[in-house]
Amino acid sequence: MLDALALIQKSLPTLLEGTFVTIKLTILIVAMGLILGLILAFCQIYGSKPLRIAVAIYDRIFRSIPELVLLLLIFYGMPGIGLRLSPFYAAVVALGLRAAAYMGQIFRGSFMSVGSDQLTAAYSLGMSEYKAFIYVIFPQAMRAFIPPFANEYAIILKDTSLAYAIGVVELLRQGQYIITVEYEPLPIFLAIAGIYFVLTFGVARLLKKLENKLKIPGIGV
Amino acid sequence: MAGKPLLRVVNVKKSFGDKVVLDGVSLTLNKGETKVIIGPSGTGKSTLLKSINRLVVPDEGEIWLEETEIIRCKNINAVRQKIGYVFQDFGLFHHLTALENVMIGLTKVKKMPKKEAVEKARYELNRVGLSGIEDLYPAQLSGGQKQRVAIARALAMEPKLMLFDEPTSALDPELIGEVLAVMKELAESKMTMLVVTHEMGFARSVSDEIIFIEKGKIVEQTSPEKMFRDPEHQRTREFLFKLKDLYGEGGE
Repeated sequence: MLDALALIQKSLPTLLEGTFVTIKLTILIVAMGLILGLILAFCQIYGSKPLRIAVAIYDRIFRSIPELVLLLLIFYGMPGIGLRLSPFYAAVVALGLRAAAYMGQIFRGSFMSVGSDQLTAAYSLGMSEYKAFIYVIFPQAMRAFIPPFANEYAIILKDTSLAYAIGVVELLRQGQYIITVEYEPLPIFLAIAGIYFVLTFGVARLLKKLENKLKIPGIGV
Repeated sequence: MAGKPLLRVVNVKKSFGDKVVLDGVSLTLNKGETKVIIGPSGTGKSTLLKSINRLVVPDEGEIWLEETEIIRCKNINAVRQKIGYVFQDFGLFHHLTALENVMIGLTKVKKMPKKEAVEKARYELNRVGLSGIEDLYPAQLSGGQKQRVAIARALAMEPKLMLFDEPTSALDPELIGEVLAVMKELAESKMTMLVVTHEMGFARSVSDEIIFIEKGKIVEQTSPEKMFRDPEHQRTREFLFKLKDLYGEGGE
């Protein structure tokens, strides 16, 4: 028992190095998912028919292919057409494209959750579409966005571990390196699991707090 | 008060697909007048009101608010500021308090300084009998209170014209009175109003004229006395008879 703790303590700096990469991956994938997802949602709500169809196809593709396949496809496949990415960025692109498809749906649902009666009322006050979006739709949509976003964040964070497969030296792979040297899989994997747990749970708690803080009085949800 | 009417709707037509909703509607409204529109559901009453602030764009016709033609004007947002609109389903902004709901048009559309907007919003809420609920959110208000906040929000913009689209239809019976009272006071203070409602008591005591619309056409347009006592058209008679059945005599 003490040995195990000592081993974890000894391995911690290396594991934290991997954790740092995991966090970097997560932030970049979330950012890419948010930006691209927002664009997808706008195209789907306000876009012309061809644009809406294009988004629907994108959506269908990236929600139907396993992430591991996406990762391998982009890292090993893309050089075939002259697109060579480092493992790190291949992971960001592959997982980011997938995240965008989901985030797009979350954004869309959040925007649609604001009743059209409020939009009409905003126009009747003389607000432009832009103002109505900024002052009426957006603040309410963000409240609806937080809970499903928290869920998606957790998925993204956990799925960064798949980047292991294309050689990104993130948390899981750092752990694997330690295990190959120390031959002590149990404590190291437990430590890795613990770190993932803290990252997932901690941020989920923060988002929950934000959600409660922004709750509109009188509305139960 | 002769001269040009405040609102002039000229031969407005609108179809949705094959369905003709407005089939050449014309009416005028002078400053200070209140007119009530009645008619069976699905006959274009709401579409007519929505056309007046261009929430719906008519296919044909003209709509004049004083010197501005609304259907073709460039800056519709400037026109909409002059037309208060009260909806059946309130259209309050859920994330804002009653006070903020009334203020938002002032600060974001009229660019009024915040302090001034707070004062104005308090004044308007007080005017509709809602002092003390400034900091409550729409979900914390009763239907009648919500609708009065919506009226205050429209009034705060100092509109030349107020449109009411079945403002009491979504309310519990015991809450209708408070909203009608506010509207009655408004009419008495010489606000120009066009009201779609089936509240015959209101129509009878407040309106200068009642307009009966059916199948996208104005069937009859006359003073409330004549409308109730001796309508020209058989169809009007039948409709009023049905309303009486549903809503009572509407005597004050």
